[in-house]
Amino acid sequence: MEFFLLSFFLIQFIRKRLETAVKSPELDKILVFARYASIGLMAAYYIFNQSTFIHWLWYPFLGGLFWFLYNHGEYKQIRSLVQSAIPFIIVSLIGDFAHLVLPIKIYNRWDNYIDTAKAFALLWLFALWYNSQKQQKALEREREEQRRKDEINEAKKDALEYLVNERTIELTRQKEELQKTLDELKATQNQLIQSEKMASLGELTAGIAHEIQNPLNFVNNFSEVSVELCQELEEEINKTTIADADKEYINGIISDLSQNQQKITHHGKRADSIVKGMLQHSRASSGTKEPTDVNALADEYMRLAYHGLRAKDKEFNAALVTDFDPTMGKVDVMPQDLGRVFLNLFTNAFYAVAEKKKLNKDNPAFANYKPEVKIITKLFGGKLYIRVSDNGTGMPESVISKIFQPFFTTKPTGQGTGLGLSMSYDIITKSHEGTLDVTSVAGEGTEFKITLPV
Amino acid sequence: MKILVVDDEPDVQALFEQRFRREIRNGEFQFSFAFSGEEAIGYLEGHASEVVMILSDINMPGMSGIELLKSIRKDHPMAPPIVMMITAYGDTDNYDQAMKFGADDFLTKPVNFTELKQKLQERYEG
Repeated sequence: MEFFLLSFFLIQFIRKRLETAVKSPELDKILVFARYASIGLMAAYYIFNQSTFIHWLWYPFLGGLFWFLYNHGEYKQIRSLVQSAIPFIIVSLIGDFAHLVLPIKIYNRWDNYIDTAKAFALLWLFALWYNSQKQQKALEREREEQRRKDEINEAKKDALEYLVNERTIELTRQKEELQKTLDELKATQNQLIQSEKMASLGELTAGIAHEIQNPLNFVNNFSEVSVELCQELEEEINKTTIADADKEYINGIISDLSQNQQKITHHGKRADSIVKGMLQHSRASSGTKEPTDVNALADEYMRLAYHGLRAKDKEFNAALVTDFDPTMGKVDVMPQDLGRVFLNLFTNAFYAVAEKKKLNKDNPAFANYKPEVKIITKLFGGKLYIRVSDNGTGMPESVISKIFQPFFTTKPTGQGTGLGLSMSYDIITKSHEGTLDVTSVAGEGTEFKITLPV
Repeated sequence: MKILVVDDEPDVQALFEQRFRREIRNGEFQFSFAFSGEEAIGYLEGHASEVVMILSDINMPGMSGIELLKSIRKDHPMAPPIVMMITAYGDTDNYDQAMKFGADDFLTKPVNFTELKQKLQERYEG
């Protein structure tokens, strides 16, 4: 009976201590089997009338069990526990062996000692078990403590992790903001460089114009007066009595001279109009702002530009589309300067649609091409937005980058001075402190965007 | 009518003489030329009573047309000559100054000789 209790509790204890059911199911199976075996042995012992043979079977069973537990590395923890049971088993074995070999008389004499030894062995066993249990509990407590500390550390770590994440996000955001600001700065710098270039070109242009104007005036004046002189010379020669053939010859030369002088005057006047354009450049900021009906101004110059082109090209036709902001009222601008900008933009727009029509007049794909020039005005949020668009020839990137430079023109020689847009740019950006932007797709059309602070 | 033309460009003489050849030949106009403000002052000292009209450029090295105008208005208040100022295209500052210091008329370069001739004839006849 005592062996059953011993093995039963030992097995239970091991299973509980090592948590075998969870940690090593293989071992658990063996232990469960050993438990059933011990139950079986006990049952057999009573069934077979407390058979001595069955009682002896306990020794190999316990021996085997202990040997198994003792020799498996993973049971080091319980080795002392197993050891503690050995004295009891040995005392029991000695007792039983004595009972078997000694005559009953002698055995009875020793019986008390053996029982006492058994009791001590049991006490030893329980004391050790109790001690082991206590140690185990202390260990458990320590582990618990450690786990709690770990948990606290874990929580702290999580909190730190969270903070780090937070900071990282903040830093990333700041970095992106800085990047954006940097990009904006770069764009602004480019614009500044561009407008600085424009400004210096404008000044240079005006300077050149001033210098050229005086000699050019002489060229024009002398050539004009030479034409008059030729006429007088002709009159004087007709008064003389030179032979007619000679007279004719001399008159021929005079006529050629006169024509040459006229050509000089013509080209001189051309140069003069360019110089005037250049000088207008430098005077772009001379106007004063006054309340102006910008819609009416735009409409007037749209018509002016249209009829200007119609006068040169009778076949020319284009739809004039206006989308004016009716609520705009009067806006403070420099009407003459802004008018010049309108005239330039509309003249260019009409020219672009006329060119497109001319270039594609034999192309069936463009049979339904409807030239259109459009103006939109809008007063919104303290700013005046003006858009002048056309569905004309458009411009490639290489042209767009140059159109605000003085003297850049795509028109044939003599038809454009290349100053219109350059001057418009100055009027909008300098005199009105606004912006003039352009977007264009080659072959599709062009749009100019004016933004003026009001 | 004696006219003094003041300009730093020597070619102005040839131009005026050719432009007004007929008038000079007819004796309507008589031109004298000075190529700086200083020269003009010097000329006026000797011919003050003869000169009826002065045509002066404004932008000249040394004494400018405006200074010349001031000097003329100061030194010859009794028999004031008619003074016409000539300057570059659209120079409003000079226009205002010229008018302030007593210029009689104002011409812009390039000089329109048809217009100038007309103006001179009006003065000559009137």
